[in-house]
Amino acid sequence: MPITTQLPDAEALCAALAEDMRPHVDPATTALVGIHTGGVWVAERLHAALGLQMAPGSMNVSFYRDDYNQRGLHANAKTSQIPFDVEGAHIVIVDDVLHTGRTIRAAMNELFDYGRPARIDLAVLIDRGERELPVAPSFCPHSMSLPATQVLALERAADGGLSFRLIDK
Amino acid sequence: MSALGLEKSPQLNSHGELQHLLTIEGLPRDVLTRILDTAAPFSEVAEREVKKVPLLRGKSVFNLFFENSTRTRTTFEIAAKRLSADVINLNINTSSANKGETLLDTADNLAAMQADMFVVRHASSGAPFLIAQHMAATGRDHIHVVNAGDGRHAHPTQGLLDMYTIRHYKKDFTRLTVAIVGDVLHSRVARSQIHALITLGVPEVRVIAPKTLLPTGIERLGVRVFNDMREGLRGVDVVMMLRLQNERMQGALLPSTQEYFKSYGLTPEKLALAKPDAIVMHPGPMNRGVEIDSAVADGGQAVILPQVTFGIAVRMAVMAMLAGN
Amino acid sequence: MKIHIKNGRLIDPASKTDKPLDLFIAAGRIVGVGNPPAGFEANSALDATGCIVCPGLVDLAARLREPGFEYKATLESEMAAAAAGGVTRLACPPDTDPVLDEPGLVEMLSHRARLPEFAHVHPVGALTVQLEGKELTEMAELSEAGCVAFGQANCAIVDTQVLLRAMMYAATFGFPVWLQAQDPFLAKKGVAHDGEVAARLGLAGIPVAAETIATATLLHLVRETGVRLHLRRVSSAAALEMIVAARVAGIEVSCEVTINHLHLTDADIGYFNAHARLDPPLRSRRDRDALREGLASGAINALISDHTPVDDDAKQMPFEEAEPGATGLELLLPLTIKWAQEMKLPLVTALARVTSDPARILGVKAGSLALGAPADICVFDPAARFLVSRENLRSQGKNTPFLGVELPGRVRYTLIDGHLAFDGTLG
Repeated sequence: MPITTQLPDAEALCAALAEDMRPHVDPATTALVGIHTGGVWVAERLHAALGLQMAPGSMNVSFYRDDYNQRGLHANAKTSQIPFDVEGAHIVIVDDVLHTGRTIRAAMNELFDYGRPARIDLAVLIDRGERELPVAPSFCPHSMSLPATQVLALERAADGGLSFRLIDK
Repeated sequence: MSALGLEKSPQLNSHGELQHLLTIEGLPRDVLTRILDTAAPFSEVAEREVKKVPLLRGKSVFNLFFENSTRTRTTFEIAAKRLSADVINLNINTSSANKGETLLDTADNLAAMQADMFVVRHASSGAPFLIAQHMAATGRDHIHVVNAGDGRHAHPTQGLLDMYTIRHYKKDFTRLTVAIVGDVLHSRVARSQIHALITLGVPEVRVIAPKTLLPTGIERLGVRVFNDMREGLRGVDVVMMLRLQNERMQGALLPSTQEYFKSYGLTPEKLALAKPDAIVMHPGPMNRGVEIDSAVADGGQAVILPQVTFGIAVRMAVMAMLAGN
Repeated sequence: MKIHIKNGRLIDPASKTDKPLDLFIAAGRIVGVGNPPAGFEANSALDATGCIVCPGLVDLAARLREPGFEYKATLESEMAAAAAGGVTRLACPPDTDPVLDEPGLVEMLSHRARLPEFAHVHPVGALTVQLEGKELTEMAELSEAGCVAFGQANCAIVDTQVLLRAMMYAATFGFPVWLQAQDPFLAKKGVAHDGEVAARLGLAGIPVAAETIATATLLHLVRETGVRLHLRRVSSAAALEMIVAARVAGIEVSCEVTINHLHLTDADIGYFNAHARLDPPLRSRRDRDALREGLASGAINALISDHTPVDDDAKQMPFEEAEPGATGLELLLPLTIKWAQEMKLPLVTALARVTSDPARILGVKAGSLALGAPADICVFDPAARFLVSRENLRSQGKNTPFLGVELPGRVRYTLIDGHLAFDGTLG
């Protein structure tokens, strides 16, 4: 049962994130790569709001996670799709929530198997702190701390509306 | 039913997870579906510049091939290397087994070399089971065994890649009629295909062969038997051809390859009896002019080469799933 | 040695006795049933409270592996197994190394086996030299050396003319011939019953026709030659039907079934369990059920262990490469009891199949608790349980599909010629 903590408005955060990014992206050349699944939804919002030309990519980082030996292969049928050349590109990795930093580490490793980007930035809606690796967001409109036993998840309604939900582990 | 009580399938560990892949028989539908689903993203890896993911980095995969097969061994090797594993190939024909070393002694020696996974092909049915049981009995449960073909019994990765291929072209198993044509009696591929098709819900699975090439009691596996190929191909969505080996002429099972081709070879004329969008599959290597006409093998309905590509992704999925359990 | 076996329930199938009776033994023979002879004073008393006292078991096929296969088992280990299993008399097949086709070898074996704690051994001589199915053996000489019958172990005679002449020659002297009915061509390379299980497991099959065709051949030759035939290791319902029909038509023939075929089917191969690799193969449920009924009705005369110790190396192979055979001397009694319980057969009938009936086929005055008979006795507790495990088996052969299974019945005492060969109360 989700606890009724005051959670931020995800749609409002997407709009704020897009504004944070606007001065720093080039609509002709900047490419977004969203991490499944929440990051892909956010990347779609950003792509539209920023009017980017390059189609957004998506990544399923299961094959690069560092917990494979402990937890096995995640049952995740999603494919990674990078519809542009990574070599020499300016890429923004997009995710919904930044926590330990391990997912971002896996995402960067995967990106580098596609080629050598010129620059990687990180855009997230919420930073909940408690980093375990030296990873920092380039763009992030909201920070909050949460108990370790709770997972903050982004959800998409039938009409496409995004919202946050807190789930007890 | 066994008088001694059902043994637990050695494929599953105490948590019900796949510890080894020895046979498709007995695997529930959701496990098969999960393997097919996992293969899809691996398929994409082959399209990239760096065709590798780091999942099995630091792990050693030993290819134990007691029966010669360059093709299958190569695809397993590619799959393992794309998972960043270290691969060691052993062609046991030429090594110690000829000097009288038993199967289990060979396995023990290799296990002592820090193997994480054995990919085993053997001429005797059940050999990979023996290895898996022996590893469990000697406290080495961490070593995973993948059956790359044992005698006439099973070739589970081939069955899986065939299912992946069918799903790719036909989407819904529950609406299909599938025909398997050829030497079912001696075919481990056919047995694995039959189990997979039925488990995945294919409503009609047909086998087409002369009586000498069908095992006794094959209908009890849930298939419809046809001795007439024209009858058997009528309206099918998928035609799965099996290889005919030359040895069959010696065992008084068949008179000649010419007569076999006449009655059981897949020609364009016979293929026309199937649905117009039917696909033609073959595990390879093909005997052109024996079980399949070149016009069909090279024709638009054949998906034989895609099968090979899918085979690498499926094997990557299997090895990645096992190694993580 | 004067022995008093007291408080037991005496079951003697030969006399159809089943009641609480004591037994009295002197000089290796039974001297009193129920009451001691006048002036009897026992040196030793064996307490059979809660136990059944029956004739020592008579097993028509137990491989002792000597001479020649001492790495699989020795006379000492297998005789210990026999005693622990309550078996006091056994026939051993001719497939030793060298083959039992020379009188000298038979004498050596008989001599080796003549120890008070060892079961009585009746060698079955080879019907053809080296079991090759080409030349006749010196059956008269072999009979004098102690062979009770002539057979071919698991090696069929391919040349029907040789088969006919061998049976004719044996019939000349009235020697019994014990043969397994299996057509060598139909059984060639087969390792399992030709049916659904073999189809699933990808194992080469041996069809029932391999047994029925050979059975028909043998039965016809009995009619031609008048030889006394005992059919070994019947495995199929169809062959049993032919045997029964032949008897109706006036042909005299006896037959047997093994403990494994009595209880198991091809499904017990499970995941390629090499302990279930047997010759003939385990067949279908329908076959097994017919064999169980047949043994109950007496259509099948005897139950045998077909004791075949196989070394671990030869079993730890893929199924089709493993050596066929299962250990069985210590399982003969428990599996008889299990069958009797499942069929709701009185023990006096069930035990006949492992005592008086096989003794009759052997042609020996044994297998009964009559006054004056040799004191070959088995005292067992039918309520105790026997867990079949490597540790609990005394035979060097640990190869049985029943490993890990708990069976009814434990032997408490085994006497051979009045000598206490096995004492189950010790440790």
